Amino acid sequence: MTALILRDVRLAARAGGSAMLALAFFAAVATLVPLGVGADLRLLARIAGGVLWVAAMLAALLALDRLFQADFEDGSLDVIALGPLSLEKTSFAKIAAHWLTTGLPLTILSPLLAVLFGLPAQAIGALFISLLIGTPAVSAIGAIGAGLTLSIRRGGLILPLIVLPLLAPAVIFGAGTVLSALDGLRNGALPLLTAFSFAACVLSPFATAAAVRLNLGS
Amino acid sequence: MPVSVETKNLTCIRGGRVLFRNLAFRIDGGAVLCVEGANGTGKTSLLRMIAGFLAPAEGIIALQTNSAVVVDSEERGKHIGWLGHHDAVKPQMTVRETLQFYGALYGGDGSVDAALDAAGLARLADLPGQYLSAGQKKRVSLARLLICKRPLWLMDEPLASLDTAGKKIAAGFVEAHCAGGGIAVVATHEPLGIDCERLVL
Repeated sequence: MTALILRDVRLAARAGGSAMLALAFFAAVATLVPLGVGADLRLLARIAGGVLWVAAMLAALLALDRLFQADFEDGSLDVIALGPLSLEKTSFAKIAAHWLTTGLPLTILSPLLAVLFGLPAQAIGALFISLLIGTPAVSAIGAIGAGLTLSIRRGGLILPLIVLPLLAPAVIFGAGTVLSALDGLRNGALPLLTAFSFAACVLSPFATAAAVRLNLGS
Repeated sequence: MPVSVETKNLTCIRGGRVLFRNLAFRIDGGAVLCVEGANGTGKTSLLRMIAGFLAPAEGIIALQTNSAVVVDSEERGKHIGWLGHHDAVKPQMTVRETLQFYGALYGGDGSVDAALDAAGLARLADLPGQYLSAGQKKRVSLARLLICKRPLWLMDEPLASLDTAGKKIAAGFVEAHCAGGGIAVVATHEPLGIDCERLVL
C-alpha cells in the first residue's frame, strides 16, 4: 500500500501533477475575494471561514477526476487491480495520496491566506484545525465520485455535481468552527466535523471500490 | 502454481450481442493457448473474463492450484499476470521507477535490472515514459510480467508494435514462463513462433 501512496504522491509532485495546481488555485481564489468584497475588515473576517473552506474544497476537487481516470486510461488500473491489494485498500491508498498532495498543503497554506481576511489569531487556529480534520473527508467523498466517473470522458464536469452536495456538512461544520472561534463561543461544530470526516474516511473506500469494480467490468 | 485453467459453458454478451457461447477449454500448466479470431470476436473480452474484470453471462472459469480450485474472480486475479492493450506506463515515471513500483506493489522478489536486461531496456532505464515509443512501452510491459511473477499470464496482442527482436524476446518470455510450469493465454493475430494450442473464436 505504501508503494501505491508513494507513487501517487510522486506523480502529483512532478511536472503536470496536481499538487501545485491546487495550491495555486486556492491562493488565487482566496486573494480575489478580498479584492472583490472591499476593505471592510469586519465583514471579511466573518466570511473568511466560509470562503476559505469553499475555495479549499474546490481546489481539492480540481484534480480529483484524474484520481482513477488516469490509471484507467493507460491500463495501470488493470494491473493494480490484479495486484495483491484489494480494491478497498487501493482506494484507501488513493485517498491518502490525494489528501497528502492537496488537503495537507492547502491546510498548511491557509493561515497565510487567512491574514488577508484580517482573521484574528484564535480564529486562524480554528481554521487550520478544521481544515486539517475536514479535508480528508473531501478526498474520501471525492474518491467515490472519481470512481463512479472514471470511464466517462470529461467526467470532471459531472464529478462536482455528485460530490459537492455530499460535502455540504463539511462546509457547514468547518466554516461554523471558524465563526464560533471568532465569536468566542463554545465550539460544537468541530466534534461534528470530526465525526463526519471519520465516517467518510472509514466508509468511502468500500463505496469507491464498488464503483471502480463496476467500471472495470465495462 | 496453477495446475490448470478450465472454462465450462462460457458465454459472453457485449452490448446486447452474443460474442461466443458455450465456450469450453482446458489448459494445463506448461501450455500456451493462442486465442485467434477476427476483430470483434471477443478475444479481449475472454481475457478480461478470465482476469475477473468482466462477469460471464453464463458459465464458470475454474483455476486449479496445487491446493484448491479457485472459482471466485477476485481470488483468481491474485494468480494473474496481465499484459493488456494499454501498457500501464506513466509519462512522468522512468522505466526503472515504473518497474520498481510494480515490483513493490506485487511484493515480487524479481530483480528489476535482470528484467530490464532481458527485455532489452537496459539503456532506457532512466528515461521517462513519455519519451518511449509504443514498442518500447510494450517491452516495459513484458519486463513487468517477469517482475510480478504470476503463474497465469494473460496477454492481449503482445507482439503488437514490437520490432523483430522484440517479438523474439516476447516469444522467448512466454516459452521460458511455460517451461517453468506457468500458463499463458495469448490473444494474437500473429503466430508467436512457439508450440501452442489454438483456440479460434
